[in-house]
Amino acid sequence: MKFGAKLLLENGISFEGFGFGFKKIGVGEVVFNTSITGYQEILTDPSYDGQIITFTYPHIGNTGINFEDNESKNIAARGMIVKNFCDFPSSHRSKMSLEDFLVEQKTICISDIDTRHLTKILRDEGCKIGAIYPTQLFTDEEALSEINKFGSMDGKNFTENVAVSKQYNFGDPGTNKRYKIVAVDFGIKENILRIMKSLGGDIVVVPPSTSAEVIKALNPDGIFLSNGPGDPSVLQDAVKEVKKMMNLGLPIFGICLGHQIMSLAYGLEIEKMPFGHHGANHPVHDLKNNTVFITSQNHNFAVAKVADRDDINVTHKSLFDGSIQGIEHTSKPFYSIQCHPEASPGPKEFEVLFKRFFEDMNA
Amino acid sequence: MPKREDLKTILIVGSGPIIIGQACEFDYSGTQACKALRENGYRVVLVNSNPATIMTDPEIADATYIEPVDWQSLEKIIEKEKPDAILPTMGGQTGLNVSLELAKRGILEKHSVEMIGANREAIDNAEDREKFDNCMKELGLETPRSGFAHSMEDAWKIYKDIGLPCVIRPSFTMGGTGGGIAYNLKEFEEICMNGLKLSPTKELLIDESLVGWKEFEMEVVRDKNDNCIIVCSIENVDPMGVHTGDSITVAPAQTLTDKEYQEMRDASFKVLRKIGVETGGSNVQFAQDPETGRLVVIEMNPRVSRSSALASKATGFPIAKVAALLAVGYTLDELKNDITDGKTPASFEPTIDYVVTKIPRFNFEKFPETDSRLTTQMKSVGEVMAIGRNFQESFQKAIRSMENGLVGLSSILKENEGNGALKLELSTPGESRLWFIADAFRRGWSMQEIFDSCQVDKWFLHQIREIVNDEKIISESDLSAIDQTTMKSYKKKGFSDARMADLLNIKEQEVRNYRYELDVHPVFKKVDSCAAEFDSTTNYLYSTYDEFNESEVSDKKKVIVLGSGPNRIGQGIEFDYCCVQAALAFREENIETIMINSNPETVSTDFDVSDKLYFEPIVAEDVLEIIRHENPYGVVVQFGGQTPLKLTDEFEKNGVKILGTSPSAIDTAENREKFKSFLSDFNFLQPENRIAQSVEEAYKSVNELSYPVIVRPSYVLGGRAMELIYTDNDLKNYLTKVALISPENPLLIEKFLDDAVELDIDVICDGEKTLIGGVLQHIEEAGIHSGDSSCSFPPYSVGDTQLHTLKKEIKAVAKKLNVVGLMNAQVAIKDDKFYMIEVNPRASRTIPFLSKCIGNSLAKIASKVILGKTLDELGLSAEIMPTNYAVKAPVFPFNKFRKVDPILGPEMKSTGEVMGRGDCFGEAYGKAVKGAGESIPKDGNVFVSVKDNDKKYLPDLCTKLTKLGFKIVATKGTAEALEGTGINVKVINKVLEGRPHIVDAILNNEIDMIINTTEGRQSIKDSFSIRRSALEHNVFFTTTVSGGFAIVESLEKGVENWEYKPLQLS
Repeated sequence: MKFGAKLLLENGISFEGFGFGFKKIGVGEVVFNTSITGYQEILTDPSYDGQIITFTYPHIGNTGINFEDNESKNIAARGMIVKNFCDFPSSHRSKMSLEDFLVEQKTICISDIDTRHLTKILRDEGCKIGAIYPTQLFTDEEALSEINKFGSMDGKNFTENVAVSKQYNFGDPGTNKRYKIVAVDFGIKENILRIMKSLGGDIVVVPPSTSAEVIKALNPDGIFLSNGPGDPSVLQDAVKEVKKMMNLGLPIFGICLGHQIMSLAYGLEIEKMPFGHHGANHPVHDLKNNTVFITSQNHNFAVAKVADRDDINVTHKSLFDGSIQGIEHTSKPFYSIQCHPEASPGPKEFEVLFKRFFEDMNA
Repeated sequence: MPKREDLKTILIVGSGPIIIGQACEFDYSGTQACKALRENGYRVVLVNSNPATIMTDPEIADATYIEPVDWQSLEKIIEKEKPDAILPTMGGQTGLNVSLELAKRGILEKHSVEMIGANREAIDNAEDREKFDNCMKELGLETPRSGFAHSMEDAWKIYKDIGLPCVIRPSFTMGGTGGGIAYNLKEFEEICMNGLKLSPTKELLIDESLVGWKEFEMEVVRDKNDNCIIVCSIENVDPMGVHTGDSITVAPAQTLTDKEYQEMRDASFKVLRKIGVETGGSNVQFAQDPETGRLVVIEMNPRVSRSSALASKATGFPIAKVAALLAVGYTLDELKNDITDGKTPASFEPTIDYVVTKIPRFNFEKFPETDSRLTTQMKSVGEVMAIGRNFQESFQKAIRSMENGLVGLSSILKENEGNGALKLELSTPGESRLWFIADAFRRGWSMQEIFDSCQVDKWFLHQIREIVNDEKIISESDLSAIDQTTMKSYKKKGFSDARMADLLNIKEQEVRNYRYELDVHPVFKKVDSCAAEFDSTTNYLYSTYDEFNESEVSDKKKVIVLGSGPNRIGQGIEFDYCCVQAALAFREENIETIMINSNPETVSTDFDVSDKLYFEPIVAEDVLEIIRHENPYGVVVQFGGQTPLKLTDEFEKNGVKILGTSPSAIDTAENREKFKSFLSDFNFLQPENRIAQSVEEAYKSVNELSYPVIVRPSYVLGGRAMELIYTDNDLKNYLTKVALISPENPLLIEKFLDDAVELDIDVICDGEKTLIGGVLQHIEEAGIHSGDSSCSFPPYSVGDTQLHTLKKEIKAVAKKLNVVGLMNAQVAIKDDKFYMIEVNPRASRTIPFLSKCIGNSLAKIASKVILGKTLDELGLSAEIMPTNYAVKAPVFPFNKFRKVDPILGPEMKSTGEVMGRGDCFGEAYGKAVKGAGESIPKDGNVFVSVKDNDKKYLPDLCTKLTKLGFKIVATKGTAEALEGTGINVKVINKVLEGRPHIVDAILNNEIDMIINTTEGRQSIKDSFSIRRSALEHNVFFTTTVSGGFAIVESLEKGVENWEYKPLQLS
């Protein structure tokens, strides 16, 4: 049932609307995502930990929630903002309504606000910390104090919240698996694992703090560094270990946060973007093949620049803002990508990147 | 890689006349293509027979040929212009088919013309159902179980395999012409036989029926580096079984998860690659089993289409322009996205933050004999689109954009109709299915019952249910009880003031006043292709009841141009042409131009035509909100046909300045009594007329006037229910079956001017001086709706002195009426006397045609006059005299409507027009006929059967025909009229006179041409089967004697002597 709710931004701007889902206060960095489809995947993407997602598409919830499309078991986002909340889903695969899912996952949603206006604020002024709360349960002052308590995104380690603390094998091991892959989990999206499994991967998922020695002891054919939430600069331990991994003579493939960690390991700088990239329509230029991929994107940090380096090359750039989207090592099988070749949601054409990883493991 | 430098001249093929299935969306795409290629330095040669288009304006291409779009004409033009390439993908099915024909005949190869955009193989793969099916199989994509038939024998074999119901589609026909769903064996046989006849390749695809499956379309663009993007997804609210052109559709798709959406996206790209569309836009259609999600590919179009026009308007991504540039070698990343001012490249996928609804517009009332159920053959004549921040808002805005009297989801089920009738309406859809669904909810039907009857996805059903629930609450409420928040909540769901007024049983104005008191107004948001991720300065706007406004108002002097809304018979592309010309003129004068229109097929709704575009319903509520926001200098109502004129009263009431001719002058012209007294100062007679308020009065009036008379209910447009009456019997029938007279619904009875010559005169008046735009002579005599009549410019049988006198009189009329801008007059000449039929102080249907004839845009000149320029200042005091003949010929939808009589009368039935140009009348007429898709035979048997009044012309006509080599076949009565002329006549039975009769002869291919004129209901009825079988057997026929003489003139000139000249040379 809907209830009175409010969205308050750190700069004091507030929006009144209706609440759906769990009645609590949700605090986080307010970002916007321009995907039309895929709210289920987006909500369950661990990379959104610490963030509140504004969906620019105005009808959210149309296809309900099914059992197959989750990217992790839980909703990582701290809240969601929509224009129209759909309480009557229709899809042959739908098993529950979005509202029930939000309640189950203890997540709050606010609807019926001018999401386009909010998006423009975020675009023009940069992402803001904000809070969504039921007006019955919280006052504006309380909300503001929660926002202040949350502070800024910088320097926060969110991977701890979403990554595994114990290693595990993905899927049933031993059945026709040709490549052993260690996937370092910073908040991994399940579709990455599904794709690698379908390509013949026997995957061990390990916690973000796993050392290069431990990984070496697992005797893998390749190392995968996953996506994940938040600021990479707080993951200096991981960066140190990745530097060591780079001496193991194994192919390393990083996506999103994994890409940023590799970049830090190369000694590159990472910068915070004003409002990031969140959507499924971003063109990325493949500089080597001079082709364009439409990609799924979700990041607020990016590699600042790669100047005069002999050991690494920029392989991909965003055609929206020219930001660096892909880097490879000139002599070693290391490559990383900022956007999401595993899609989910979004275009699947970039899945080809996984093939290269598997070819190198074969070599 | 930049554009190709090896190409210099590119030939663009237009789509010809507006017909069902191929409307002005191809003017929009072709215009974009021409502009884009010229901006890139190419020389563009354009061929299109349709003079009402923007693309055939001389400024749009380097060489414009208004000539028939057939391979014979194109070959001549290719010989002359020697293009390096031909772009076949902008002219709809017509463009593709004719280009394919040129390729197959080796003409392209012979003249080294390269096909760009789509090559022969790709067109073949996509259009040939058998090849397409094989391609899909190789891709591992499912298609419906199906088979191909080249004969009835084949068809029966396939029937045994897939059973009934099944879907039958003839290959290579546009808009699904001839296709249909067969539920029983009789229908199966009928549709197959008809389809085999219509398909140029004598091929049918018979598919397993997917009736009730969900239907989706993906709009795809691909470049030569194999970069592919989806511009937009479209979901059909009407499930499979209704042609997508006749379906209510929504963009983007609403009921797909990302997994399913991506499956469709991937499949779409695979299809393009496999079919071989190397560059450009295409659309791929899918069906999805609502229970299992099983996906099936239905078809693809390797060209821009009606849905790509919709997708362009829905997203702000100009597909046609981009497709044209990709065809000459650019890649997507090299092109800029115009709507974000180039901040982003064209190589991205538009994302939108609103919902778009398209509703088709039908004209079944003009064809009462036809089956108005919707099937896989397209029957709609136009469409509207509306944008809102939720489905309900966009849907209800679309409803009121339709201009068919509906202001919301009103109940249409009669109280005495049972649930059986309702169920039938849900399961065999007509144009009002969603309204019946609403009625089913009102009657308490459950969601499941309704879904089982109609298979419309429950998501949409739920939306309708919510509207119905809200309506109930409103109807049980009082206006004063509605507070600001509640009012806002209703407006957010799209309820119009008028619909709320209906529900509250009060006047629309009361709701509006109250809403203004509550200060509830819409805001305006931008269409920007990126959901506000990037800043866009492009003013492509829509209204919505949201919180924050984005439409910044400048302090420049601004003018609002009101468009003409959805295409319909009687009001089509001609008015969009005028609106665009007006916008161009105002911009030239440095006035900020604001366009309002609701028709996604048009050029006027291109965001770069005007300074600001509001994609909105053209009804008082929405237009007044824009005026309130913009506070313009004035509003222009004279270019958009009846649509904006209907708002004149509202504008006056609200103190909005109407530019050009004043509302009182408009009133004088439109009010019968005022006009009669106005005209008394001039040398014009008016056909005598009476107004009858009862049946007795009607008979009395007719008695006074004497037959023949034209009758019509008062206050109707486009000649609705207008009829020519010759006998008491006809009158009796009319009064009992067609129009029921009452004091509230009086009947207008007018003496019919038999044997008169009818003229159309378009002029521009600046208040003082009047410029004669031109005088057109109707080829068919008076009594046939002017929109359905062929006409010639200059007149071909009216003397100069008479014309001179007429022009002088018309100038005086325009001045006295205080016309500022355009005025059209229809005049009949009988026995050397002028009769004024009507005067319309606004743009007429003939403006674009005439503008092409004289090489000067009358609408543009009129626009400047409206702003206060004098004709002298514009240097246009003298009439522009034509250097050659031009004939306008109408095009009819009779082949889409089975059982309809293709006879002409006072009610307009044509959907479009073509123009033929030549040195003499005969050549121009012949080309116009050819352009309309018909061909006059050179010789053979001509069947002649004419009404008594026409018999005096017969000897002359038949002598000429005989000289040309025709043999005359005639009915007994007609043959008698030829006695003593020495003409050899073969007498044949009328249908009622026993067999073998004339229809037998037609079916046996023994007749090559028909001249058949009739008078009175009985004779029309008797000869119906002649016209219908002639139509179905492609036998050329005319229903007027003047048409017969025109044919003679055309044949005397001879096709082989036709010459092709671009507009720019004359």
